[in-house]
Amino acid sequence: MSKQGTVRVVNGRYKFSGEFHHATPNTPITNDDEGGKLVGVTNPRDMTYVHTYGGEAVFFEGLGKGILYGTRCDNPKCEFTGTQYIPFRIHCPDCLGRNTVVDFTKTCRTTATVHTFMVCERSGAFNVLDKPIKFINIEFEGVGTILMSYLSLGEPTIGMKVVPIFRTTDPTFTITDLSWVPEGADEGDLPDGFTFG
Amino acid sequence: MIKFSQRQLRIPKLLRPVYLVTAGQSKFGRAMPDKRTEELCVDALTMAARLIDKTPAELKSYIHSCYYGHFADHFGDQLLGESVIHDRLGLDPLGNIGVKTGGATGGSTLWETVKAVASGYSDCALAMGWERMDEVPTDEGNHLISCAADKDWETPLGHIYTGYYAVMAQKYWQVFGKEEESFRRTLAEISVKHHGYARFNPYAHSPKKITVDDVLASPVVAYPLRALDCCLMSVGAACAIICDEDTAFELTKNTKNKPLRIFVAAGSHTLRPACRRDMDIPLLPNETADQYADLSERFPGVDRYPGFTGFLAARMAAYYGYGMAGVTDPMEDFDVLELHDAFTISDVQTYEDIGLRPYGYGRDYVESGDCYHTNPHTGKPGKLPSNLSGGLIGCMHAVGATGIMQTLEVASHIWNRWAELHEDEALWKAFGRQKPDDWTDLQVKGAKRGMAISHAGVGSHVTTTILMDPDHLLS
Repeated sequence: MSKQGTVRVVNGRYKFSGEFHHATPNTPITNDDEGGKLVGVTNPRDMTYVHTYGGEAVFFEGLGKGILYGTRCDNPKCEFTGTQYIPFRIHCPDCLGRNTVVDFTKTCRTTATVHTFMVCERSGAFNVLDKPIKFINIEFEGVGTILMSYLSLGEPTIGMKVVPIFRTTDPTFTITDLSWVPEGADEGDLPDGFTFG
Repeated sequence: MIKFSQRQLRIPKLLRPVYLVTAGQSKFGRAMPDKRTEELCVDALTMAARLIDKTPAELKSYIHSCYYGHFADHFGDQLLGESVIHDRLGLDPLGNIGVKTGGATGGSTLWETVKAVASGYSDCALAMGWERMDEVPTDEGNHLISCAADKDWETPLGHIYTGYYAVMAQKYWQVFGKEEESFRRTLAEISVKHHGYARFNPYAHSPKKITVDDVLASPVVAYPLRALDCCLMSVGAACAIICDEDTAFELTKNTKNKPLRIFVAAGSHTLRPACRRDMDIPLLPNETADQYADLSERFPGVDRYPGFTGFLAARMAAYYGYGMAGVTDPMEDFDVLELHDAFTISDVQTYEDIGLRPYGYGRDYVESGDCYHTNPHTGKPGKLPSNLSGGLIGCMHAVGATGIMQTLEVASHIWNRWAELHEDEALWKAFGRQKPDDWTDLQVKGAKRGMAISHAGVGSHVTTTILMDPDHLLS
């Protein structure tokens, strides 16, 4: 039985263990319209990518703890100092100084409003969200940008007040650990694994 | 807040005049299991040579450097596919480079090619683009396209790029469209128009004779967008030959192609729409600041620019491009357009971004009949026809080739060769397609200037490619 690949960082380098790919034979593609003549072959690929979150790791780790981090430019020499960012930006896009990490959980609980939305019946391969997916873009008081996420309860409308929920049980450490529900939703109605944080 | 410095707003300059000499394209379709990509590229280059009465070998002998547009190499599991094509075209050991900017890849490839000639690096350069997305199942294809979004913040949300764009469509639909049934029908009219024009194009992937009601009855993809509101996913190739003045006139001597002055400009905006920051509307030459002073009163909900309703990249590409070419009013200065109709609603958004109509009033370009070859309300020529090729909805969206196909389409009108390139029965037969009994010549009579817009995804990259008869320049 093969062991799924896992990765740790040891002495500043990735340490791989388990299997990261599986060799699968090619198969021929034939043309039924032309008596089974060879057209080509399949090229199966089953592999696992490794990826660092770098300076954004604190954001993805925070979700599993019920915390929504954003950032703020605190460089007094920046023309736009004080600008706040959700999604999290490691660096200020104006002065390129390192932004300050800020806990915006309370701001998000009290000021989140749906800027626009879309209910999507389709998904691509590797999707793990339930369909239809209710995409929402959320604006926050005092924040310069608009976060993309998804609504887990109710039907989205522009201007709708929403509050964040977090996958605090068995977090995946991806953006899907953050979702939203209409203001006033009952904790008992939240999806499995999610809480208000 | 986004703010520009005066240096950033400087109008770009080409160091010497640059010309489009010829162009070519392959057949476009959903799948082409009978052809490798190199075969499609050879088809395109062979056509380009034929249009100036040259053999491929004769044309190749002029080419000095090569620019290849191919966006989704992860679909084909072949990195450096550009090198494969370059070798198969027999163009080694010339320098070559790959260009990829999502849906704008074709336009960006022309951008790089034109700069190479303008700088004096090359007197004759090849722009070649292609794409094939037919070699993976559709759901995996959707995933691979979604990888063009931010992989940490967007791709895990459904692995479906349409969803990332559709939130913008919804905002436009509600704010500028006011959710009006009449606007929904106007959107459908665009699809009818583009599938309809594709019927007269033997290269086109999706010719259809349909009605507004057919569009409104097609399956919902992401409300209000339906299947027939969306562009195609195509296989195919297109190319263009870009030259300096001396080479351009030498190559076209005693041929039907007149060298056309070409200007290409580009704009960009964040890959992640979530990161759009508020700013003042950059104005085009045919606009004034006061015309937008009460925009939010006329259209409640307009509280940001570009917000989720406009494409800043398109606006900036138009700003730079119009400045380079001397365009002061696109409705008056151009005779024909090819726009990037990825979705019917993004087509309308683009009308506003490039100044065909003010923000909020894009629908009027369709409803007035201006966008048609023949205005359905008057029976006279449309004021500024667009997407006579069928566009991305009716003709093709083979991503790396799209912006180049559009440029060939515009050029064919200025060369007055549209009918010749579309009516040949032998061509229809060679492509295994039936020429319709009501085939119509869509040549825009007397066309002297035109423009093609190449656009990526949610507006991360946009180019304007402007073509002009050199005897009818604006500046």
